[in-house]
Amino acid sequence: MNAADKKRVLREMLYARRFEERCYEAYVERKIGGFLHLYPGQEACVHGVMEAARPGHDYVITGYRDHVHAIKCGADPKEVMAELYGKETGSSKGRGGSMHIFDVKHHFMGGYALVGGPFPLAAGMAKAIKMKGGDEIAICFLGDAANNQGTFHESLNMAALWKLPVLYVCENNLYGIGTRIDRSTAVIEQHKRVSGYNIAAAHEDGQDVEKVYAAAKIAVDHVRSGKGPYFLELMTYRYRGHSMSDSNAYRAKDEERMWSKRDPIIMLRDRLISAGAISMEEYERMDKEVLDDIELNVIKFSEESPEPSLSELTKYVLAENDPWVRGKKVS
Amino acid sequence: MAEIMFWEAVRRAHDEEMANDPLVICMGEDIGVVGGTYKATQGLYDKYGPERVMDTPISENGFTGLAIGASFLGVRPIVEIMSVNFAWLALDQIANSAAKVRYMSGGQLTSPVVIRSPGGTAHQLGAQHSARMEKIFMGIAGLRVVTPSSPRQAYGLIKSAVRCNDPVFINEHELMYNMKGEVPDKEYFHPLEGSEVVRQGRDVTLFGYNISVHWAKQAADVLAKDHGIEAEVIDLYALNPLDRAGIAASVSKTHRAVIVEEAEAPVGVGSEVMAIINEECFFELDAAPVRVSAVNIPIPYNHHLEKATIPNAKWVVQAVLKMFGKG
Repeated sequence: MNAADKKRVLREMLYARRFEERCYEAYVERKIGGFLHLYPGQEACVHGVMEAARPGHDYVITGYRDHVHAIKCGADPKEVMAELYGKETGSSKGRGGSMHIFDVKHHFMGGYALVGGPFPLAAGMAKAIKMKGGDEIAICFLGDAANNQGTFHESLNMAALWKLPVLYVCENNLYGIGTRIDRSTAVIEQHKRVSGYNIAAAHEDGQDVEKVYAAAKIAVDHVRSGKGPYFLELMTYRYRGHSMSDSNAYRAKDEERMWSKRDPIIMLRDRLISAGAISMEEYERMDKEVLDDIELNVIKFSEESPEPSLSELTKYVLAENDPWVRGKKVS
Repeated sequence: MAEIMFWEAVRRAHDEEMANDPLVICMGEDIGVVGGTYKATQGLYDKYGPERVMDTPISENGFTGLAIGASFLGVRPIVEIMSVNFAWLALDQIANSAAKVRYMSGGQLTSPVVIRSPGGTAHQLGAQHSARMEKIFMGIAGLRVVTPSSPRQAYGLIKSAVRCNDPVFINEHELMYNMKGEVPDKEYFHPLEGSEVVRQGRDVTLFGYNISVHWAKQAADVLAKDHGIEAEVIDLYALNPLDRAGIAASVSKTHRAVIVEEAEAPVGVGSEVMAIINEECFFELDAAPVRVSAVNIPIPYNHHLEKATIPNAKWVVQAVLKMFGKG
């Protein structure tokens, strides 16, 4: 990443942070319903990896903590927020909600709410890429706790067996909902778990976006060059509870303080300030621009957008007017 | 029109669809080198190679999910789940991913995957290899469910299912792969919705699907010959969506209904058809509809016990006679 890239990434991560914080407020105001899983603390993971990949070209899939992944792939933040508001203008036309952001035109293939569900879907997208002969790769972002699902093992086995172009990114934030990793998982270091499938793996500090980028570059090159799957574990931390209904009482304050000193945005900001690439005033101006954009464009758009029409309640269940449903006789 | 076996019809559909579109693949346990437990993919591995005829590990949820993911990008996989009992393990991906992705993406993404699986009770396979899971699948919005009763339907349903943009579950029967039947020599695509009147009658409608259509037909012959009762037999080859209009039309004609199902009664095809009759044509009824269903127990191993659990043509005859006050 050159200096301009780093400045752009700083702004993008700041945007992601402010976007998620605004979601929190909208949830408290009851503008957003259902479950809401927020990303603050983990921003360097998706930004570092996708800087090394090709957003909008590579196929990305993830779990329910998906807003920032969608935006990084190219989704319009207005449509993501409108989806959280349940509006017709939302990315999934208000049918999906926070856990099911989709933006297929940017190859963001969705957020899924069954833990571990995307593992085989990502392998399948990789199989399709391989069959069609494209140079895309499939990238699956999931948390550490998903690795205790059967789909993790089933998918890694098949991905390795068939040498599929899929990158599995494990955002290890140390907690599966409210249970700390050492209380749920026999092997703490997740990258070691894939050695049983002969898959190339690495682990990296997930708070330092430059380190994530460097590690992801190796991972992406490996997968794109046809060497088969890769597993990248990123050590990170989420600042908030698992979801908005989580009191977050299970974590020690010392642990939270320790991680807050390793904030991915502050770390990159301070580094850019030291290097003279940006001033504090410039950063503060950037922050204000971001906040204004979210308020004046994103929130305004979401507030003013129409609700889905009740007359279209049953639309999108099955394909409309699919001719093969009626069958065909060839005479 | 040639007479071929059920498995040959399934195999022919695979072969034609794979020849037609290079993005059609098939996958499952032992379907490649071995050619499939029921020979449904025999010879295709040699013809199309391991990239398109994939022997999978024994990971039903994993490989079904993989097929669904591939279908997101336009691949058209035909998944064989070796026994429907193993489909319980794949229900997460079928119900949560394939069936819901169109809706929860607001129509952006679809999963044109075909999942075929032999089910039903065969001979003494015990409780964990005798499941009849159609009742599970037909209750999932966004998933089409069809179930062939003949080689012709098996062939035509697979072909339409491969072309259709919706996920389709095809429920086959372990005892029917060697059944012979006529299949058109020319290409034929069977409708994925509707029902078929396989025998015209005026006195009572017997609804069946898959293997139970044959019990209903046998029963109808006995009823006509020995009791002067002319039964209409309807083949409900589509279980989701069910043919509400077809069900109502027949009951409005005969005014009596018996639903014959291989599965246990609770929450099944029978209860659903009865509900549709209530909703569509209750005042046409001359008698309360009746279900002929399996005994509601895990399927026993012992031959006599197993036989006493699963319906047959005789049970259907008895149910009809009872309905007419002759039982």
